[in-house]
Amino acid sequence: MNTVELLKKGARDLAWFVKGVMGEDAYDKYKAHHESRHRSGEGEAPPVMTEREFWRDQTDRQDTNPQGRCC
Amino acid sequence: MGTRPRTPHESTEGAGTLDRDPALLAVALDQSTHDAEEAHWTPAKIALWGGISLLGGLSWVMLAVVRGETVNAIWFVFAAVCTYLIGYRFYSNYIQKHLLKPDDRRATPAEYKADGKDYAATDRRVLFGHHFAAIAGAGPLVGPVLAAQMGYLPGTIWIIVGVVLAGAVQDYLVLFFSMRRGGRSLGQMARDELGKVGGTAALIATLAIMVIIVAILALVVVNALAASPWGVFSVSMTIPIALLMGCYLRFFRPGKVTEVSIIGFILLLAAIIGGGMISSTEWGAAFFHVDPLPLAIGIIIYGFVAAILPVWLLLAPRDYLSTFMKIGTIGMLAIAIVIVRPEISVPAFSEFTANGGPVVSGSLFPFLFVTIACGALSGFHALIASGTTPKLIEKERQTRFIGYGGMLMESFVAIMALVAAVSIDRGIYFAMNSSAALTGGTVQGAVTFVNSLGLTGVNLTPDMLTQTAKDVGEATIVSRSGGAPTLSVGLAHIMQQVAGGKGMMAFWYHFAIMFEALFILTAVDAGTRVARFMLQDSLGNFFPKFKNTSWRTGAWLTTGIMVLAWGAVLIMGVTDPLGGINTLFPLFGIANQLLAAIALAVCMAIVAKRGMFKYLWIVAMPLAFAAVVTISASFLKIFSTIPAVGYFAQNRAFSGALAAGETSFGTAKTVAAMEAVVRNTMVQGILSVLFVVLAIIVMVTAIQATWRSWKGRDFGTNEDPAVPSQMFAPSGFLPTPAEKELGASWDAQARLEKSAKSNR
Repeated sequence: MNTVELLKKGARDLAWFVKGVMGEDAYDKYKAHHESRHRSGEGEAPPVMTEREFWRDQTDRQDTNPQGRCC
Repeated sequence: MGTRPRTPHESTEGAGTLDRDPALLAVALDQSTHDAEEAHWTPAKIALWGGISLLGGLSWVMLAVVRGETVNAIWFVFAAVCTYLIGYRFYSNYIQKHLLKPDDRRATPAEYKADGKDYAATDRRVLFGHHFAAIAGAGPLVGPVLAAQMGYLPGTIWIIVGVVLAGAVQDYLVLFFSMRRGGRSLGQMARDELGKVGGTAALIATLAIMVIIVAILALVVVNALAASPWGVFSVSMTIPIALLMGCYLRFFRPGKVTEVSIIGFILLLAAIIGGGMISSTEWGAAFFHVDPLPLAIGIIIYGFVAAILPVWLLLAPRDYLSTFMKIGTIGMLAIAIVIVRPEISVPAFSEFTANGGPVVSGSLFPFLFVTIACGALSGFHALIASGTTPKLIEKERQTRFIGYGGMLMESFVAIMALVAAVSIDRGIYFAMNSSAALTGGTVQGAVTFVNSLGLTGVNLTPDMLTQTAKDVGEATIVSRSGGAPTLSVGLAHIMQQVAGGKGMMAFWYHFAIMFEALFILTAVDAGTRVARFMLQDSLGNFFPKFKNTSWRTGAWLTTGIMVLAWGAVLIMGVTDPLGGINTLFPLFGIANQLLAAIALAVCMAIVAKRGMFKYLWIVAMPLAFAAVVTISASFLKIFSTIPAVGYFAQNRAFSGALAAGETSFGTAKTVAAMEAVVRNTMVQGILSVLFVVLAIIVMVTAIQATWRSWKGRDFGTNEDPAVPSQMFAPSGFLPTPAEKELGASWDAQARLEKSAKSNR
């Protein structure tokens, strides 16, 4: 691997990490989960939320289920 | 939840159900493989750990034995990091191997309860960052600053040794036990393990402790912003910035969290720079100059509104911003300390170790251990470690890296805060942290007071105070107690040597103030929300209507009650003639440590129930220490006859003076102020009694539960039933060779499946 590739990989890994920590990958995780649970041919799959619906649903769930932040 | 019987010393019940699925690759390495890898000491490995031990040992010698005229800050970093590495590699491994015995063949809640939302397997490195951002806040930044009064060594030893033997153990155990119980909360675990009495006491204690912690965090912000037009402007700008970010995420680009955080961060920098410009204009300085009391009332109103607004509008976006700032600033400070390596001239032990001083009243034991709570042992973490994190863990063995390792990181933050605090001039330190009651709030008063302390090597001049105030863009730095301003001066002092020079000091100072205020405000409104739900849940037992959390009136009512509770304590601290933070901070530390004692007591009962008496000491030792420290500190606060230490002694002194018809007493110059002291000390005294009584009830019920397990050999567990796992992931930050090998075959299989799917 040359330096450019290495730098590219480093940048990709950093972006992945930052997105993960900030919680940006939540929708991707939700979709992946949904797909793995309802593979084709295993009956009618429940509708998958769109990205906009998902994020609304997420903050609305936080409304009723608050997460503590430490001191 | 019934208790299912099982035999002691067995790592998993119903091991048969966890037998390997023949159609699947191995989901876990055998214990023997782990043991073999550990026992395999290559020369390189021996050299590495030998080197770490030597460097750590040398650093401790430099800090504790050599103690020259000055000591370089780099030794703090080496002593801490080497001790953490050794503690992590050996002690947490010992706990894993003998006490917790994680079993990677078992699925974690993230796997067997997976819903793609609350329960979702998360990469261990990401989850580590996540967990760290949730546990680290203002606590580890403030406590060490105040404890710097006693010299650098007591705080350093307690932060580093305390975390390895107590704080990180607590976090690790609570995380593990909660994970085995589907992510149940500390309160629920207390009810399961300790019964109704212990469980109820734990719940009330948690609620009361949350109130006091929120109040004192808010007090830190008030003290940092009062009479600082620059700070008031830039911190209040965070509200419109957060609202803007919230709307951006809601209506414009949902889910673009990093993008909106970067936008928010740039606006934040603009707010800091703008604050400097505005505070230098005449109208700006007048308009944004707010006294402590109106500021406190403003924060109380803000707290109420923020807690009833929808999460997406204010809390969620500010939380993103605060996570972004937190990880960024802490990383930046770590690098700066290594680059600058400040020389520290504070003595190892100061003149105030025996009898306390102007910043912290009382002797080193027990008050050092309650002044520094977060960073060494923090009970509040038990609420986080039994909340979100256990629902996201991929594999059982990862709890060590995330629970134990995450707390080591927080401890390192505390060490950096200590370094920042001891790197500034001692005279300035005491001028900033002694209450206005002692300094009179004036430069001349502060100089006279600090020089009268008779500290070796301290010769404060009025010029030093005015110059520092000018450098950081404040009107004055005298009696800016609460820890945050001192830390910010220290951070500005270090950062300006890396970037910007003296001219940038004001920017860095206000950057640091902003960084602390941001996550304190997040903690205030998240804490209010959590407390409101706890209160609603408890009230629901008597008035079922309260259980319905979407009932508007009930929500507003319970939010109002919680805000009034912490607001009252905040107002008390702000108006206290004795100086506020000095009298209230011990209560914060005691409360936090009592919560730790409660969490450890629950863990002890669980360990006893698992029948693992041989290793009970791992929990019993930190529990005993926390119990001794907090109970003796509480007793001193309740029974001490020295007014500066005992709340009731102070109360008697002032009410005696009032009865004698005096119109001024000590630092209280009016009858009204004297009456305020009488009122405040009574409230503080009653709170101390309440905390210690509740904690003792919890500890006694835990000891009873432990004794029952021992006496009756009545073992069992409240764990969820074991479910076989169907996935594999390494356990530590870096995979071991055997884990790498197994991981590679999983990757290969995943690739095969993928290509088979696309060929179909």
